[in-house]
Amino acid sequence: MKNSPYIPSTDSDQKEMLETIGAKTFKDLLNDVPVKKLFPSLDLKEALSEQELVEFFELMANNNFASKAVSSYMGGGAYNHYIPSTVKSMIQRGEFLTSYTPYQPEASQGTLQVGFEFQSMIAQLFDMEVCNAGMYDGPTALAEAALMACRIKRNNTIVIHNSISDKSLEVIKAYSKWQNITMISYDDIIHENDSSEYGCLLVQSPNQYGEIEDVEKLANEIHAKNGLIVQHTYPISLGLLKPPGQLNVDIATAEGQPLGVPVSFGGPFIGLLTCKKEFIRQLPGRIIGQTVDKNNKISYALTLQTREQHIRRESATSNICTSTQLIGLMVAVYLATMGPNGIKSIAETCYHRAHYFAAELDKMDNFRLLSNNFFNEFIVETKMDITKVNNILSKNNIEGGLDVSDKDSKKIMFAVTELNTPEIISKTIQILGENID
Amino acid sequence: MINKEQPLLMNQSKKGRKAISLPKVGVPESKLPDSKFLRKDIKLPEVAQLDLIRYFTNLSSLNYSIDTNFYPLGSCTMKYNPKINEHISGINGFASSHPNQLDENIQGNLEIMHDLQNELGEITGLPAVSLAPLAGAQGEYAGLLIAREYHLQNKQENRNIALIPDSAHGTNPASASMAGLEAVTIKTTKEGDIDLEDLKANVNENVSVLMLTLPSTLGLFEPNILEITKIIHDNGGLVYADGANLNALLGITKFGELGVDICHSNLHKTFSTPHGGGGPGSGPVMVAKFLEKYLPYPHIKKDGKKYIQYKPEFSVGRLNGFYGSFGILVRAYAYIRSLGAEGLREISENAIINANYIQERLKNHYELTSSRRCMHETVLSASKQKEDGVKAIDIAKKLLDEGFHAPTMYFPLIVEEALMIEPTESESKETIDKFISSMIKISELSKTNPKEITNAPINLPVERLDEAQAARNPVLAWEKQ
Repeated sequence: MKNSPYIPSTDSDQKEMLETIGAKTFKDLLNDVPVKKLFPSLDLKEALSEQELVEFFELMANNNFASKAVSSYMGGGAYNHYIPSTVKSMIQRGEFLTSYTPYQPEASQGTLQVGFEFQSMIAQLFDMEVCNAGMYDGPTALAEAALMACRIKRNNTIVIHNSISDKSLEVIKAYSKWQNITMISYDDIIHENDSSEYGCLLVQSPNQYGEIEDVEKLANEIHAKNGLIVQHTYPISLGLLKPPGQLNVDIATAEGQPLGVPVSFGGPFIGLLTCKKEFIRQLPGRIIGQTVDKNNKISYALTLQTREQHIRRESATSNICTSTQLIGLMVAVYLATMGPNGIKSIAETCYHRAHYFAAELDKMDNFRLLSNNFFNEFIVETKMDITKVNNILSKNNIEGGLDVSDKDSKKIMFAVTELNTPEIISKTIQILGENID
Repeated sequence: MINKEQPLLMNQSKKGRKAISLPKVGVPESKLPDSKFLRKDIKLPEVAQLDLIRYFTNLSSLNYSIDTNFYPLGSCTMKYNPKINEHISGINGFASSHPNQLDENIQGNLEIMHDLQNELGEITGLPAVSLAPLAGAQGEYAGLLIAREYHLQNKQENRNIALIPDSAHGTNPASASMAGLEAVTIKTTKEGDIDLEDLKANVNENVSVLMLTLPSTLGLFEPNILEITKIIHDNGGLVYADGANLNALLGITKFGELGVDICHSNLHKTFSTPHGGGGPGSGPVMVAKFLEKYLPYPHIKKDGKKYIQYKPEFSVGRLNGFYGSFGILVRAYAYIRSLGAEGLREISENAIINANYIQERLKNHYELTSSRRCMHETVLSASKQKEDGVKAIDIAKKLLDEGFHAPTMYFPLIVEEALMIEPTESESKETIDKFISSMIKISELSKTNPKEITNAPINLPVERLDEAQAARNPVLAWEKQ
């Protein structure tokens, strides 16, 4: 009797197969493994039945605050948005979930056509010409975009605008450490007497604190210095704000998680990477293209694979292989579900609720609104300890905001989405009002 | 139904349709940003909910998948993806937990990650584990960054060479290049083992790391492994094992006891998390204790009764936005906990028996690359069939017609017309026998009616594609209006 329901071979199947092979025991198949290194002890936790497994993991999940939270103001790179039933339903289809990378296009038209829809809808949302099939997450997409821009311009200097989030900056450093890349701050270089040229300028808008940047102006500045502009953005904001393609942006990236993907403790997410068509030969990652089969029927296939590691090896545009096709399905179903009016409506709801909440907080003695031209994330300054603010909220099962205090003052950043209902916002204001020192 | 063409969403769109009702703003509206920041219109499809569900459901039926078909896909370990793991990763306390929470609010997540680190460390014999890498290629990159940082701290910045066998996966040299290492190719024998003389000739004081795939990409265990790791260590280098596919080694042998210093493993292979049509994956990196201080951050450890995250002393940095592919980590940990040590060993035992059984039964029909026993996969060559005008790709396409996914083809590069077959432990003897029958039938057909093979597939939603046109004139989105 086997220990696992995941193994169909019975003892007699095994015996029969070993006989066919001409081996007396399983061990006879392992002649190449050094004998003294064979069958080491394996000190693992004991196996659980399916029922025990569920009980164990539910216990673990209950040790997270999230299991009892009714609402959340936490943002800073991952956002709680409503996930439509259509997305939840389609993600469960085993034909998508358990299929392989579509190297055999005849047996993968489902995955490929969904990928083509994903590329098309992201390109439309960003108003950019081309999108790849997805990167690991937002920060890695930005890092790869920066390296891509440097390859295109054959200039290894990356200019970092202070709108870029700290976490993204750390990822860019890890990705570029051995690439002879120089990183400099925007504040140090862009001035009238500066005649140097640069590879690219990275800007995030809405920025890491929620403020909308003047991307077009920055684009013109870096173009004058022969560099490309890379904009990192929050995809929901594009339902309201001018997209990268209308801001003279060359390469645009984003964390795709807000588009129908749970926050799931930071992953799996999806990095969105779009660009002008002239740059496609330098794009990293998978790309799906439309073609025809031999009967001239429209069909889809992975394309431009000569950029990739399995062909180009050490000269590939990236080492990326397995990426995030399934998350791309979630995003595609999300955008198709929302449509043009839905995405606009969600963006407006986020915007107005955030601004309403911010204005109400600003009216309170203990809070002062520091943000001005923001989308759905903003910072308030307070004299109270941020931990205390969040504790007051968590006692009411509300997940507070991100502590962004610096040495000068105590500050908290709130993210507001359509999941923060008007009732919750009123309740939050009331709770904070009642608990003022 | 399966052959019906599915028009793209944009061609189904009609103004005024919608697939979801949304809440009202519900608060007094505020002034919008200056019009120069505002968008005018968005071109996305407008479809009704049923049409949307039917569209995506019909598309899904155009796919082969593990839930519907056998994938004898070498190096990819397409095993069963247990349904219970999907349920568990979706539990609200996991799915809705925010990665910017303080440690005290995420003790459940951190405990799972901590325990998964321990289990993977025990399985590989390399006890210091980072779960951060988001896929195998990122795991490789992390491993190479660790090697570089180690040599840097030891004042050996000159070590900038990665020795890579010619049989390696393409991500190896690509990752080496990202880590600023010069990839030097090491010859392998006809059977895919490292050529010891060539290795010795290329080992020098500038070698940072040897990247070794074990079992080799020919599915064979490297018989000289102990000598190889000694050669590298005697020279001051580190040994990196590409353990993307660990399906042959669970409870069979441990990297750490073979002299390996660093390895990575793909949870979407051995540890049963779904491949998703090409991700999301997860590629934890495991290292010997002396390399723990170089691991990526955030890393998880236990401090008294509490689980905390920290940045190791000489950490190679942050590889992604948060903690790695957490939803995938939960699935993999659920898989390990459902099997335990004995169950895991059985996985490898059955995977190895199944592969050898296929090899034995097909060896008189296809050219074998080696007469040795294989591990979890076997590499056949269609060189005999090629004489009749049938190539590996034709056999692959004919298998699709027979209801099987194709084996991995033309890899490893050192084998002519390679067909790399990995049955995994998931398949029953009955399924494997059917596959073997199809392979034998195809081999015989190559002599009697090769056209029937070279015309395949004819039973799928589309026939062979013009992939050259796709690359020559790339159409990558609905044409922008």
